[in-house]
Parts: sequence; structure tokens; C-alpha cells
Amino acid sequence: MTGQRPEPFVNADSEIYWAATKESRLVLQECADCGHVDLMPRHVCPKCWSENRTWTDAVGTGTVHSFSIVHRAPLPAFREDCPYVVALIDLAEGPRIMTNIVGDGALEVVIGDRVEVCFEDRGEAKVPQFRLARAGGGS
Amino acid sequence: MTDTTLRNRVAIVGVGESEIGKVPHMTGLGLNAQAAKRALDETGLKPSDIDGLLTAYSMTEPYFMLGSVMCEYLGLKPTFNASMVVGGASPAVMLKHAAEAIVSGQAEVILCCAGENRATGQTRDQAVAALAAVGHPYYEQPYGASIPSFYAMITRRHMHEYGTTREQLAQMAVTTRDHAVRHPNAHMTKPITVEEVINSKPIAEPLNILDCCLISDAGGAYIVTTAERAKDLKSDPVYLHGIGEYHTHEHLMCADSLTEFGALETGRRAYTMAGLGPEDMDFAELYDCFSVVPMIEMEELGLCERGGAGAMVEAGDTRIDGRLPVNTHGGMLSHAHAGAAGGLFGIIEAVRQLRGQEGERQVANHDVALVHNEGGILSSHCTMILGREER
Ligand SMILES: [Zn+2]
Repeated sequence: MTGQRPEPFVNADSEIYWAATKESRLVLQECADCGHVDLMPRHVCPKCWSENRTWTDAVGTGTVHSFSIVHRAPLPAFREDCPYVVALIDLAEGPRIMTNIVGDGALEVVIGDRVEVCFEDRGEAKVPQFRLARAGGGS
Repeated sequence: MTDTTLRNRVAIVGVGESEIGKVPHMTGLGLNAQAAKRALDETGLKPSDIDGLLTAYSMTEPYFMLGSVMCEYLGLKPTFNASMVVGGASPAVMLKHAAEAIVSGQAEVILCCAGENRATGQTRDQAVAALAAVGHPYYEQPYGASIPSFYAMITRRHMHEYGTTREQLAQMAVTTRDHAVRHPNAHMTKPITVEEVINSKPIAEPLNILDCCLISDAGGAYIVTTAERAKDLKSDPVYLHGIGEYHTHEHLMCADSLTEFGALETGRRAYTMAGLGPEDMDFAELYDCFSVVPMIEMEELGLCERGGAGAMVEAGDTRIDGRLPVNTHGGMLSHAHAGAAGGLFGIIEAVRQLRGQEGERQVANHDVALVHNEGGILSSHCTMILGREER
């Protein structure tokens, strides 16, 4: 059923982002001129409009800024996963990413929890997901 | 800089809403037409007097050129025709564009309308799937993120930072429903309790179904003209004192904050243009796609302190007989929500309240009103200040 979930859509902006996730790496776009780091790939820096774009590997950790436990899925492909967690994560590098919290204890997540990236297969590609990285490793 | 360009230059002279709820015998265009006719009838003007048209968009009837389609359907040949595509903020932004067009001589009588057959023009699954498309197609939709889940994350953050309680959120929905009960054309008119909201079906925690707006068939319309011409018409004019728009993002992952949004800026702009402050507002019609949203707007617009909205709602201050009545028609939580038209009903309600026509729903003080629309995920904002006297 997971095959029916949206697969990464690769375009000219996001080609490098999705190529990296395919190798289980989360990358961020960095401005070579002002140093601004962002999650959503784009042609220019949203701060200074520089076209000098570079890529940097994220360390893959962050904290939960907020989350919701979804009971009514927007698409049939997610229906059997209900209830599941949608969250906004503040990455160690600063940018915010939307994701699911998956794995042990996901439904017990609270704001401020530390999380680490993992990757979920979607067809030929992979999407970044996050799991709890609580002290003691969780159960 | 004090921008007073549009202060008291134009007036809303007619408002109309279509049949609301489940209206399977009408199309989206038909709902717009019915609302437009009702708005025009209030003014005494003829269809041929309309020389400007502002529309939004439709998901159930996705015409490529909605404005031109509406002209064709209504038999209009305007010299000014544009569509606003800023989600729920569209109806308020229409007034700003209408005022600018009128002041610059592009048109003299402008029809602003929006509406869709959201309840019966598509299946419930289609409705939910279409709304999922509001999430970023590449970075949000792959995670099964629904619109309620976006607003749920905002709600949870508000609870986390300000101590807003589940009960306070529920009270917002309950007070709003109490107002809809007194509205002859509201979609939902059965009273609800805080307990019922808290125990209603969970959609995206912490939001339950009764924290979420309706999906209605509904159209709304209003007519704008010059302050001078307004005085000669059949209806009591309602003057535009101040208006401001601000657009900060579209997708929640790109928002700078989950507690501070663009309404702070639109409020500042609208108050400045009007030469008024939050303390001058007699009542407010706020966008309420989810229970937390009008509370955030109350805070951003200075109608209460940051984090103070929960207590204000709980104290009953936002009731029709309260210190600052909010969403006196029942809002999108209980009166109607149909695509871009959701916030238009707040404009209609403000006009009617200012005229003093509302019977058992009438607020005691009705000189000046604030209306706020927002679109996307608190992404696009527009605040307007309306009044029954030129001031
Ligand atoms: Zn830059």
C-alpha cells in the first residue's frame, strides 16, 4: 500500500535533494554569498537573491517544533496508517522540515523531543522521515 | 508614513448571500449569481450599472478564466475584471483592489463575489483530497499532511507557548455556534456544548471535527462604489475606513513562526489608514477555518494581549452581548464555508450589523467593525475597518 503514497517529484530545483535522499542523505541548500541555509530547494537565495547555490549535508538531527496526530487521512493511501504523526522539525542547522514521526513511541511524541532522520522507501526513491532519539534509546 | 489614500473614498452599498448548506439544485456559478442579485437588489442599481467585477477561484468548477466566465454568465461587460487567488484572504483583498480601481477611475460600481458548491459539487473524499493539495506537493503532501493537521500544529504550539486550553478552544466553537443559531441562513443551527466539542470525532489532534470549518454550498457578494454615489442609493452605505494586506508564505514549513503571522502587519496598516485603534472596534468578524484561528487573529490585531485570547473567549467577551462580539453570524465554523467565499460572509455580516438590521443578533454598539480574512495556512492576510459614518 505504501507504493500508492506520493513519491518524490524530481524537478530542476529538487534534483540534488532527491538524489541525496535516495542515498539516505539529507541535504540542505546553502547560499554561497550570505550563508543562508534552507530546506526547500530553489533557484535563488530567498534572503539575498544570489544564484550561487551550494549543497551541504545535514547532520540529521533536530527537535520537534510542533506535531499533530492525524485521524483522518487526506488521501486513501494514508488511511490504514491512521493515527499517524505529522510534525515540523527544527533541524540542527536551523531550517524547518515537515515529516512524519515514525517508529517506537511515535504517538507519545511531545514538543521539544529530539529526533533523528531515517529514510522510507517510496517506489524507486526515498523520503526523509524522523524517529525519536530519546535518552536511553526509547523502547 | 500614514497611508490614508483609501480612507472613506468608497462604500459597500449592497450585500447578498445565496442559499447556504446543501444546495444540490444550484451550480457554483448559480450561487454567485443569486448572491450578486440579492446584493444588487439592495442598492436599486441595474446590472448594466456594474462596470467592474472581482472574483476569486473555484475548485468544484475550475474554469480557466473565472472572471470572464462570470461576466458571460451574468451578462456583464465590465471595464475592470480581475481574479484574486490568495485563498481565504481573497474576499477582503477584493475590497482593497475595488477601492483602488474606483479611486483611480477604472470603474465606478464593482461587484465582488465568490462561492462554490463545495458540499454537493464533489464527494467528501474529493473535497478532502482537493484540500490536501494546499500542502506543498513535494515536501508536505508525501507525509499525509492534511489542512487540519497544519492548523493542529499551530494550535498545539499556541497551547504550548501560551497555555491555551482545550476548553478555551472548544468555547470559541460553542460561542460561534450560539451566534449561528440566531442566523436565519446559517448552515448549522443546533447548539453545541464545550463537552460535545471536546468529545467530537478527532480529525488531527488536538483538533476535533467541531473545531473545523464546514464544507458548504454557498455564494456571497458585495457591491462597492464611490462614497459620493453611495449616498444616492437605496441602501445605507458602509464606508471603508482602512485596509491592509500582507503575504508572508504559502506552506507552513516555510512560515517564520507558528504563533506570529501577517495579521499583525495588516492590522497596523488598516488602523493607520483609518486613524483608529483596536480599542475603537465595536465588534469583529474574523476568519475561523479552525477554532484557534480567530484567537490568533484577536491577539495579532491587538484586540487582546498575546496569549490572552483563550481567557477572553472563556470569559464570554466575544459573545454578541460581550465586550467585543466576534463572528456574530456564526463564522465558517457554523454559518458557512465554501472555498474563497468563507471570509466574504464576515464582510456581509459586518455590513448588516453596522446598518443595525440584525434583530436578535444585533450587537449593541455598531459604529465601527473590523473584518479579517486569511488564506492558505495563515499565509495571506487582509484586514479591513468598516463604519457606518464617514469619519
Ligand atoms: Zn543569500
